[in-house]
Amino acid sequence: MSVRPDQRENRVLETLELARRRPPTFTAECLDMSHGAGGKASHKLIEGLLLPALKNPALNPLGDAAILPFGESRLALTTDAYVVRPLRFPGGSIGELAVNGTVNDLAVSGATPIALAAALIIEEGLETAILRREVEAMAAAARRANVSITTGDTKMVERGKGDGLYIITTGLGLANPKLALSATAIRPGDKILCSGTIGDHGIAILIARGNLDLEAEVSSDTRPLTPLTMALAAVAGPDLRFMRDPTRGGVGTVLNELARDSGLGVAIWEERLPIREVVHGACEILGLDPLYIANEGKLLAVVAPEVADAALEALRAVEGGEEAAIIGEIREEPARMVVMHTQFGGTRMIDMLVGDPLPRIC
Amino acid sequence: MKYVQEFRNAELASAIAAKIAGLTDPSRHYKIMEVCGGHTHAIYRHGIKDLLPPEIELIHGPGCPVCVLPMGRVDDGITIAERPEVIFTCFGDMMRVPGSKGNLLEVKARGADIRMVYSPLDALRIARENPHREVVFYAIGFETTAPSTALTLRRAKQERISNFSVFCNHVTIVPPIRALLDSPDLRLDGFIGPGHVSTVVGCRPYEFMTKDYGKPVVVAGFEPLDLIQAVLMLMRQLVEGRCEVENQYSRIVPWEGNPQALACLAEVFELRPYFEWRGLGFIAQSALKISPAYADYDAEQRFAVAGVRVADPKACQCGEVLKGVLKPWECKVFGIACTPEHPLGALMVSSEGACAAYFNFGRTVQAKATVGS
Amino acid sequence: MCLAIPGRIVEMVDENLQLAKAEIGGVRRTINIGLVHNEVEQVAIGDWVLIHVGFALSKVDEAEAQSTLRALEEIGAAYRQELLELHESRIE
Repeated sequence: MSVRPDQRENRVLETLELARRRPPTFTAECLDMSHGAGGKASHKLIEGLLLPALKNPALNPLGDAAILPFGESRLALTTDAYVVRPLRFPGGSIGELAVNGTVNDLAVSGATPIALAAALIIEEGLETAILRREVEAMAAAARRANVSITTGDTKMVERGKGDGLYIITTGLGLANPKLALSATAIRPGDKILCSGTIGDHGIAILIARGNLDLEAEVSSDTRPLTPLTMALAAVAGPDLRFMRDPTRGGVGTVLNELARDSGLGVAIWEERLPIREVVHGACEILGLDPLYIANEGKLLAVVAPEVADAALEALRAVEGGEEAAIIGEIREEPARMVVMHTQFGGTRMIDMLVGDPLPRIC
Repeated sequence: MKYVQEFRNAELASAIAAKIAGLTDPSRHYKIMEVCGGHTHAIYRHGIKDLLPPEIELIHGPGCPVCVLPMGRVDDGITIAERPEVIFTCFGDMMRVPGSKGNLLEVKARGADIRMVYSPLDALRIARENPHREVVFYAIGFETTAPSTALTLRRAKQERISNFSVFCNHVTIVPPIRALLDSPDLRLDGFIGPGHVSTVVGCRPYEFMTKDYGKPVVVAGFEPLDLIQAVLMLMRQLVEGRCEVENQYSRIVPWEGNPQALACLAEVFELRPYFEWRGLGFIAQSALKISPAYADYDAEQRFAVAGVRVADPKACQCGEVLKGVLKPWECKVFGIACTPEHPLGALMVSSEGACAAYFNFGRTVQAKATVGS
Repeated sequence: MCLAIPGRIVEMVDENLQLAKAEIGGVRRTINIGLVHNEVEQVAIGDWVLIHVGFALSKVDEAEAQSTLRALEEIGAAYRQELLELHESRIE
């Protein structure tokens, strides 16, 4: 008796899924740019090389910030390295990114920032005017986010050994005791919210680099997310299950992390994704998928269905959240996978990004 | 966006799907091949299969110019890229295609100056801006892309830019289709014809498919409505007993093609006597090389390349998938040894390769079986 | 091979080098119109062209686009009519 074709296909897919769940090993002999893109290669590096060497309970969940018990409270600790070319782009510069990015990792972990620390790696030959400008940008961003840069370091590297300036920022925060954010808190039926248009930052950078010869009015969306996260926490309280900011690797990567860490299925609707026409246009020309493009001022949140509408209203009332939308929901099946219902009425999978999204012609 | 959004209308899609279902004979199994990789990508990306009745099977054809490049040609490109005086330029699609010792991205990580460009004119600009370096452009693509390379070479010659050359891997669309039709493994009912190649070559070149092989062809656009309308047009032909070349993409494809582009091709290129196609073997007159008039710009003459034939890895079944004989998930190494991260074969690397498209977008059978949506 | 997108010509940049500026959904790029622009057939500001790797490959035929859409919409309308009749006949 022969097996029906789609049963055979299902068997192959199931075997595949089981193979994919095995803990990754890192086998590349040398590192390349795909290891920095936030996709599968990055995850392999973190889970196959870094985690096994460093493992400890605070690191293992691989959240945006580590949550550390401290007496009666819990502290949040996060660190990020900022590497961007060009240093200045429409909508911001590396200084702002360095502060906002770290504040945001604290914010989406449900923590109020207490203090930041910043290390600067400066390339020989960098103009003082540029350094001054970036430090002032960091100061302004810190004031806006209500936090101070309390300690730091500077190092010089020789010409040719850095893109002008690299910044590493560490943030310390106090976790909100009323929130218990975790992928494991998520339940089928929960709704997924996105605070605004996706892909703006990544496309702004790509265009600002200049080598694709595109002109467009698109700016980075960098901003501190604290006002948005606080609005959500106020409205949803314990019904706020999870938050993450879709930076490198984009919304597609976060949704995959969500599916994998919760063990549940994620479904989104293509027509509900907020995307600026100009970002859509740039992606169509270059053959890029906006789902994998970095954002620096957006958050994804998972809330219980009862509070979804109120949460949406709360986001829309805050500056930076005007275009928030409910983009999807959590389902029992397909477990650990992300599917998208296309505008056209079909269904497709959204897999984890492999390496850097590369413009294509085919 | 105009000329795009209107062709993504879901409501119209259901209407056409219903019409297709109405024409389908439930006791028959229809096999329709879409030749072009761009169509494969669109089909998966928009979930078009979900709208077709189960009796219609879409088979993925070999129209992916990255997928059909044999490993030896990738190795040759890498040999040129590793030369210290060379700035090697290529499209993003080429960066992760596996050669026998790695891909261009890995070679870049080891220090080679490899730069991604969107247009061959960008490569020419790099040559102008770097007069003391040798700039090489890795040209790929069917007749869609070849005229752009040709115009770029014309410009290079006009401006007497001497530090620019092209490593030409352009291929032509008709010979592989003929090879498929001649193949005994394949039994197809009709073809969705290439969309953008046809803007250059027109629709006439496909007449041999109807006349010599009795298979109807509908040249289609890339938006979901285009594809589903093309399937409807094919089904109508089959039901009405017609066998013709039809042009669904008439808003873009002129029946006679683009004579200016064809003239440009004739001036700058000539046909290679034969060329190796991954999975299909050697096919006569199926690829372009730079003509003697432009020999100074031919990277194969400027640089010594091994030109060695490198066999595909033993486990690789790209050939059978390319011919539509195997489905991606039927390949023994699909998803296990061969994934988008570490592809064994090019069908997994190029985003329009059948395996990559299926892996990245299409693995929803299990999903649908459980959700029942 | 296949990634090409319709864009509108918004500016002529250089007649000699056959360059024009095209706009696609708010993004602009300089493209070469050498394959669609000659003494016989010209492109002008406002025309729509198909753009691939920085070159215009073909002009969009507005009349054909409308005709294709109309054909699609007719099928849509017929389908909606059928559904309506089906629905009404059920109510009976």
